[in-house]
Amino acid sequence: MKGKTWAWITFALGCTYFFVPLIATIEFSMRMKRGVYSFEAYRVVFGDERFQATFGYSILIAALTIIVGILIVVPTAYWIRLRLPKLRPVVEFITLLPLIIPAIVIVFGYLRMYNSSSWLPFTATRRGTDILLMFGYVTLALPYMYRAVDTGLRTIDVQTLTEAAQILGAKWPTIIAKVILPNVLIAVLSGAFLTFAIVIGEFTMASLLDRPAFGPYLQNIGANRAYEPAALAIIAFFITWGCMAVIQILSRYAPKSASRPN
Amino acid sequence: MGETFLSIDNVTKSFGQTTVVRNVDIAIDKGEFVSFLGPSGCGKTTTLRMVAGFEGPTTGRILIDGKDVTNLKPNQRNIGMVFQSYALFPNMTVAQNIAFGLKVAGASSVAIASRVKEMLGIIKLPEHGGRYPFQLSGGQQQRVALARALAVKPSVLLLDEPLSALDAKIRISLRAEIRAIQRELGITTIYVTHDQEEALSMSDRIVVMNEGRVEQIGTPLEIYNKPSSRFVASFVGTLTILPAKIVNASKGTLSLDGQSIHAGKKFTGAPGKAVSVALRPEAIAIGKGGTNANRLDAKVASVNFLGSIVRVKVRTGTQDISLDMFNQSTTAPPKVGEKVTVNFNPDDLVVLDGPAEG
Repeated sequence: MKGKTWAWITFALGCTYFFVPLIATIEFSMRMKRGVYSFEAYRVVFGDERFQATFGYSILIAALTIIVGILIVVPTAYWIRLRLPKLRPVVEFITLLPLIIPAIVIVFGYLRMYNSSSWLPFTATRRGTDILLMFGYVTLALPYMYRAVDTGLRTIDVQTLTEAAQILGAKWPTIIAKVILPNVLIAVLSGAFLTFAIVIGEFTMASLLDRPAFGPYLQNIGANRAYEPAALAIIAFFITWGCMAVIQILSRYAPKSASRPN
Repeated sequence: MGETFLSIDNVTKSFGQTTVVRNVDIAIDKGEFVSFLGPSGCGKTTTLRMVAGFEGPTTGRILIDGKDVTNLKPNQRNIGMVFQSYALFPNMTVAQNIAFGLKVAGASSVAIASRVKEMLGIIKLPEHGGRYPFQLSGGQQQRVALARALAVKPSVLLLDEPLSALDAKIRISLRAEIRAIQRELGITTIYVTHDQEEALSMSDRIVVMNEGRVEQIGTPLEIYNKPSSRFVASFVGTLTILPAKIVNASKGTLSLDGQSIHAGKKFTGAPGKAVSVALRPEAIAIGKGGTNANRLDAKVASVNFLGSIVRVKVRTGTQDISLDMFNQSTTAPPKVGEKVTVNFNPDDLVVLDGPAEG
């Protein structure tokens, strides 16, 4: 009984720590009009052309990051599980590097490697810089995407399913597209939404590469306005939460197997 | 013997320094059901995987219908395979699973629908086409896996311990079903198992393997009644192996625990040489037997009731011999400690070279 009380106290403290700043930010974001609570700050934010432009840009980059990330990570994780299991610790370590190396270090490396006078001048054009930013985000999202896909692959018997498809005449593209990907789709989507959540608020890379992304816009508004940053923080928070909720909902529709019927 | 359809031609497989399959030479006729039988690690699954194309032989060739398929990929061999773990695609329904190979082959949707319906009928699951694998029992899943393998009309069917994950009752009914379907379709089949009962009851021929080598190839009766080696004799069926000494090889007489016995089959060796003799429990009976029968005086050591059979262990001096009696209400089994005479036909005695182990 005593243990249960302490559990509830801990839970209440955790909730307070988490919700009080959130409620305070919501409350502050609604005080733009003097004396009354209103959604004026949100109206201003949503009506701002720069919000629409930067948010749209970040969504596009996030979508491209997800597609490229899936194209790189799914075949890699699949191949490592199927043919090179001994390399798994090495690949896992490599995928963890973006968590250890700060984004600012990565972006400075990119600028040094791919500046306009280098052998691969990504930053010479806007489109090239967009591509460089997108690949930067693929790197940043690698720990999350790889782990999500690898966990998904762990839930199925990759080798036997591959062999079963092979003996039925299937070639590699068919095996990956029709057998492997559908069975790890929920894991891939989890990785995709985590990637989306990272890309949508990312500041360092976008700012240093001078791209009109949502992160630098958030920072700029935060430095110059009072109520709009609070509204933007809440919007960004709900986008992230929305992504998490979608992952939870999707996981209920994961392919079932005899060993995992529910 | 019909014409050879599948030929495993002097195949050896090594992984690094370890050789797991050694000079395996097997010729399988068209429509034949052949089981690879042996303990874990004997190389039976590796041999099967080489036929499937999942492993390449280090040396040797594999021919199907006269065509060398050694270097062909699995998807180029037109082979059907059923795996121990079913390996049904979890994201597809039963019908989609069965249709997979046909779709890959580019069959028309009408042809696919018709073949799927036919296969669902063959495996007696006509109403289950819309279900997902997780909604089926283990036995049903394995039948679907069989239908999926057969739907593409393969030239050879491979079954890799398909029943080992199922409970005993389902296993017995399913092995009869698999054999009936195989006979109906007349498909050349290799069945890998470590279960001797499965191999003996299903196969046209059995290949007994041990330590990567083929120990014996023969019909179930040959394998059981005329084992060619000590390993086959001890691996297939229950066997009592006893130490004996040659008295006179030309006359076929031996000494077992000081009692004289004679063997029906020829053997060689100098008088006094230690050999071992093997006897099946069902070959021995209590009583004096016919005029030619070997007789041993013994004492009943234990009596075990096994349902339709009663297994009796008798002691002849220092040796224990197991014998089986049918459980008949008219004949009471002997009592422990009772003195009995046991008899067996000289032809049922197998003389093995070398002394008994253990």
